[in-house]
Amino acid sequence: MTPTWAQVVDLAVAVAFILTLKGLSSPRTARTGVRIGSIGALVAVIAVFFATRELNHLPWIIAVIVVGSVIGIVAARRVAMTAMPQLVALFNGVGGGAAAIVAAVEFHVATEKDVLFLTATAFTAAIGSISLTGSVVTFLKLQELMTGRPVVLPGGRFLTIAIALLTLGFAVTVIATGSLPALIGLLIASLILGVLFVLPVGGADVPIVISLLNAFTGLAVAAGGLVLSNTLLLVAGTLVGASGTLLTRMMAQAMGRPLTSTLFGAFTARAAAAGGGGAENRPVRSGTPDDIAIMLGYASKVIIVPGYGLAVAQAQQALREVADLLTARGVSVSYAIHPVAGRMPGHMNVLLAEADVPYDMLAESEVINPEFAATDVALVVGANDVVNPAARTDPTSPIYGMPIVDADRAAQVVFIKRSMRPGFAGVENELLFDPRTTLLFGDAKDALTKVAARLKAS
Amino acid sequence: MSEPIALLTIFVLSVFVGFEVISKVSAVLHTPLMSGANAIHGIVLIGAVIVTGHAEAPTVTVLGLIAVLLATINLVGGFAVTERMLEMFRPRQPRPVSADQQRGTAA
Repeated sequence: MTPTWAQVVDLAVAVAFILTLKGLSSPRTARTGVRIGSIGALVAVIAVFFATRELNHLPWIIAVIVVGSVIGIVAARRVAMTAMPQLVALFNGVGGGAAAIVAAVEFHVATEKDVLFLTATAFTAAIGSISLTGSVVTFLKLQELMTGRPVVLPGGRFLTIAIALLTLGFAVTVIATGSLPALIGLLIASLILGVLFVLPVGGADVPIVISLLNAFTGLAVAAGGLVLSNTLLLVAGTLVGASGTLLTRMMAQAMGRPLTSTLFGAFTARAAAAGGGGAENRPVRSGTPDDIAIMLGYASKVIIVPGYGLAVAQAQQALREVADLLTARGVSVSYAIHPVAGRMPGHMNVLLAEADVPYDMLAESEVINPEFAATDVALVVGANDVVNPAARTDPTSPIYGMPIVDADRAAQVVFIKRSMRPGFAGVENELLFDPRTTLLFGDAKDALTKVAARLKAS
Repeated sequence: MSEPIALLTIFVLSVFVGFEVISKVSAVLHTPLMSGANAIHGIVLIGAVIVTGHAEAPTVTVLGLIAVLLATINLVGGFAVTERMLEMFRPRQPRPVSADQQRGTAA
């Protein structure tokens, strides 16, 4: 079995991972935590080569690790800050896939298979596969390679239930008989289930699903630890599974989404609720960059509400220029950051930090909401759902109950938007039709640059 | 203690540690925390190395190597991307314009 020194190393690495999660709970210690974790992981990987006797294919394994590291680092360094959530989803998915393969391979070669082993194998194979395909679908949704709206297949609900039962049936067969064809069936059914599970999830719930699938992969890895009798995998996987579940709940709360509707959306999927993007022909008021520049330039207090559209247009710098020009004119400017502005909690802070927006100008929506009543102009750039008053007023709205930025309480509201298309959640926003609202259609960067030019000229 | 019970004990205790350790975290850190946790489960790489190292049949070896590749991407990429997210928590000083920002403005 594993030599004692290696077990001690595993214990130390497990502690390192606990410190990583602990460190990540506070901005002050986050970086140190991640360092400790990455060193721990490195030590664990080196140790496994010395602790495991008679390793075959050593040159191949090392070569593949080198290739994988290069892919991982290049992807992590190259990715645009806006695309970070989907990259995390993808990393999570491949981890789940790895866990499923490990369990399947160990199942194939193992000679002694007791019930614990078979149960853990079935669990790892199923959850790892669901995580793999589920994550790929979230990636496609966030990368906008497919629609972000809920996809409801005809009879999708029954199909999902049928595949779920099939998965369960294969799992039971694997545990009862230990048959390889049953395991292969289980893998295939779970891969399909992962897709069906995520398809009906609407845009706004996607980050929650990523977090949930992250917890799933953790549990799959933990069960993989049982399959291989490896304590480190068990501890690390369980830590991620537990903290990931809690984190998913916290995210759901921050967004005011009941977790169950996200989780079981696939089983209760209905066609999108009324108001979800029917062709609206009501009049809206749109303005020119000139109008907007005048409104902003002669205001005394402006609050900017940035959203994902800002990031997509890479308009952070242009926005900062507008803010700087306004500040120079004596206008009081601050930013209202919704907890999930962008695609994920904290995402907008990262994006604005990248554009060197001073940290003290950013305020969480809860803090700044009371200030809107005394605000002349709320400038909403590329955001929609987070300023939708329906979340406060309309109990039938899918986003009812979600904490929002109270932009509608400002004297005037300016939206910079690409089009009248509803936001990520696919819900119509009444505020767009409000008489106090002016819309400036166009790409956020382009529009803001024009506004900045008019501000300079006037 | 028999081995299954020992493993079960470790599992249950780890669940509690996992819950406790992140019970108070600000929304700003949700994304980095998720990403860090994501990197941690990349440690499945160890399992992938073990099964591949013990594989004999070519198909099994190839499958094992695929698992090694995927797990490495998860582990290394996960830590790298978390590290990058956390650059925003560096103490704010006037810093030179990074290559990243230049790309951002050029785009």
